[in-house]
Amino acid sequence: MSIELLDATALLLVAMMRAAVPLALAALGELVTEKSGVLNLGVEGMMLTGAVAAFAATVSTGSMTFGLLAAMLAGMAMALLFGFLTLYLLTNQVATGLALTIFGIGLSAFVGQGFVGQTVEPMAAVSLGALSQIPLIGKLVFGQDPMVYLTLALTGVIWWFFARARAGLVVRAVGESPHAAHAIGYPVRLIRLGAVLFGGACCGLAGAYLSLVYTPMWVEGMTAGRGWIALALVVFATWRPWRALLGAWLFGGITIIQLHVQGMGVDLPSQVLSMLPYLATIVVLVLISRDSTRIRLNAPASIGKVFHPEG
Amino acid sequence: MQAVFYFSHVTTASCDACRQGSPSFSEKSRGGVRFFDLCRRFQRVQTDQLPPPRLQLRRIDKRFPGCHANKAVSLTLQPGEIHALLGENGAGKSTLVKIVYGVQQADSGEILWDGQPVHIGSPAQARALGIGMVFQHFSLFESLTVTENIALGINAREPLEDLATRIAEVSQRYGLPLDPQRHVHDLSVGERQRVEITRCLLQNPRLLIMDEPTSVLTPQEADTLFETLRRLRDEGCTILYISHKLEEIRALCSQATVLRAGDVVGSCDPRENSARALAQMMIGTELKTARSSISGTRRGEARLQVTNLSLGSLQPFGVDLKDISLSVHSGEIVGIAGVAGNGQNELMAALSGEHRSADHDAIHINGQPVGRLGPKRRRDLGMGFVPEERLGRGAVPDLSLADNALLSGYGRQALVSRGLISFRKVNAYADRIIQAFNVRTHGRRAEARSLSGGNLQKFIIGREILQKPKLLICAQPTWGVDAGAAAQIHQALLDLRDQGAAVLVVSQDLDELFTIADRIAVMCHGRLSSLRAARETTVEQVGLLMGGLFDSADEWEDDHGA
Repeated sequence: MSIELLDATALLLVAMMRAAVPLALAALGELVTEKSGVLNLGVEGMMLTGAVAAFAATVSTGSMTFGLLAAMLAGMAMALLFGFLTLYLLTNQVATGLALTIFGIGLSAFVGQGFVGQTVEPMAAVSLGALSQIPLIGKLVFGQDPMVYLTLALTGVIWWFFARARAGLVVRAVGESPHAAHAIGYPVRLIRLGAVLFGGACCGLAGAYLSLVYTPMWVEGMTAGRGWIALALVVFATWRPWRALLGAWLFGGITIIQLHVQGMGVDLPSQVLSMLPYLATIVVLVLISRDSTRIRLNAPASIGKVFHPEG
Repeated sequence: MQAVFYFSHVTTASCDACRQGSPSFSEKSRGGVRFFDLCRRFQRVQTDQLPPPRLQLRRIDKRFPGCHANKAVSLTLQPGEIHALLGENGAGKSTLVKIVYGVQQADSGEILWDGQPVHIGSPAQARALGIGMVFQHFSLFESLTVTENIALGINAREPLEDLATRIAEVSQRYGLPLDPQRHVHDLSVGERQRVEITRCLLQNPRLLIMDEPTSVLTPQEADTLFETLRRLRDEGCTILYISHKLEEIRALCSQATVLRAGDVVGSCDPRENSARALAQMMIGTELKTARSSISGTRRGEARLQVTNLSLGSLQPFGVDLKDISLSVHSGEIVGIAGVAGNGQNELMAALSGEHRSADHDAIHINGQPVGRLGPKRRRDLGMGFVPEERLGRGAVPDLSLADNALLSGYGRQALVSRGLISFRKVNAYADRIIQAFNVRTHGRRAEARSLSGGNLQKFIIGREILQKPKLLICAQPTWGVDAGAAAQIHQALLDLRDQGAAVLVVSQDLDELFTIADRIAVMCHGRLSSLRAARETTVEQVGLLMGGLFDSADEWEDDHGA
């Protein structure tokens, strides 16, 4: 195989990992939220809010770090609203989550009005000199932007958190049976609020990646349903972080491939090709997660249920 | 032991009655001479430097919306005593122990630990003091392992590997063997309780609270538990023991405090009182023993006929039914005894129609083959069904009592006409159940989950009985139900039989079966022994059968039947 073809493959993989970042970040955040027993359907809304906050902060201050921070704060603010409503005022989680998404879409469009058409300098890829010049693996392993590495690290940390850490065990316990956790003395609502806020921060970052790195500009509704895919990824990955990352890569990969296929002018309706990533991700994840006992062990049993400490 | 009991009495009476004038205790010390005597003894106790009581509750008061759960409750627990807390369902026992364990906070009142006033704001604080609690509804997490569950419930932080070793060690030492690596959803009820107890033992408790620990245990498991508790007591641990099983309390406890509707109505030494006297103290009126209104049984035609039924279990760790034959005739109650988990759940599923049999003729109801029919069709043939699991199977927890009445009664009570629900009839039906079976609730609109176990059970059994079933199948009818309600339920079942219905009762409680059943069989490893007349059978014999010794018990029958 020629060096050029290998390089092309490497570029394709690089593009795939980039496309996967927002999905993976949002899915990981939602995974933690759901493990604590809370179903937050507001992922799309939190991502959009994060995207517009990141863009606005970067344009105003010129610093991408501030942009990322602003995105996390915006996502957490939305999550706090959701957490307060569902955990303390005991509203229905599904309805509140849907409302949060709709609210996020409107809010981000309103805030973003003044920023349409502007651009920011995209985030630079990591450069390790000679290492990044190695054919094939240079770009793939040593030449990505920092967020790609962050996503990988976060996946590992979350896996470790749930598999090894005592705090992770407590979060799992709260998601499994909030009443039992309350009875032996854990502050169920605070733990859940923490998980919800973490989810919000991750979704904010996922949005920031879209508006600062992936397509460095602000467009209304630019998440294009990725929040919903992230939600589906969590379930199909049976609440396991590495599987969620795998699902995100798969989705990202097929998105990129179908773009290339469309570019080559294959005689298939473009709508069919655009459907492919969604279809393929769901099919593959359904196939690899058919073991129902494993699902039962991983799924948080109390998900979506209102918890009241007195009764 | 006698001395400890006596002193506890003295300190309770003089402290509470003198200082606070608690109405419940002043009663006991009304006699002038006796009171003087008590005070003198109390002084002597003081000079002898007796250790202070382990725990003292003073005028603990707790209100919930619509319910005054504890009314100025005072209670004293001495080191190394097993103290029973008695009362009907809803008397406020669970609330009181939750306050001691820090799950709930008292509205007013004082808690003294080793003589020092303490504030117990959370279970972690309670555990730090040395208070452990085994909950009535287990506080375990199904998808986690034994080790993980225990790690969550103790204050000490240690690596899970070390903890697992300690769990195996401690559980072995107290005769409660546990495999630390297993997932809780794989464990039997008895094993789950071992997890809870081991969790407490790992923290060297000085007060152990047990909320109805034996309601889910087999007699053998209960005996093992008592051994463990007596050992703990001998090591100086105080045990606060809540149970409805009065015989058990008489065997185990040296002191008892009785609650009724949130009030302390008295205390006594349970060993010096009969179970009947204790029950009457709890309910405040004469306890009625269930008895049949007609003498002699009048057996009629077979209403339920099971022939050579073999059926694999639907549960991954269930028990397969093997070649079960059984008949229940009109005008008789047939009891099925057995240690839980020997196929009773599977038999219930097969009889109710939840698990259909491949062999259509294996089960007959009223002479019709029903093996492949579902629950609805079997009900149409006159079957009524009271499942073991009240919340979730017997009733929908979040629906009102009226809606729950509708769900099983809509056909036979004609609550629906032309596809429309007649709410007038539904409400009347629900009210009829509540009244006829003395269900204590604030009305038919109450959610099923808001009722205490005994009251919900009365409602469910009432709902089935008012539909006048020709055959009633009833699993664990008085599981976790207090003595008064249990007697009512037994009476209702006897009345139903006397009216000519066939009744099948599956129960772990041998006393219950010997009280109401006409014929008894025993389940073991998915097999069913032959039916024998209850009057000609002894508890020992049934005990043998429960251990799976079908042959030796059959020999007995041969010897005596000849």
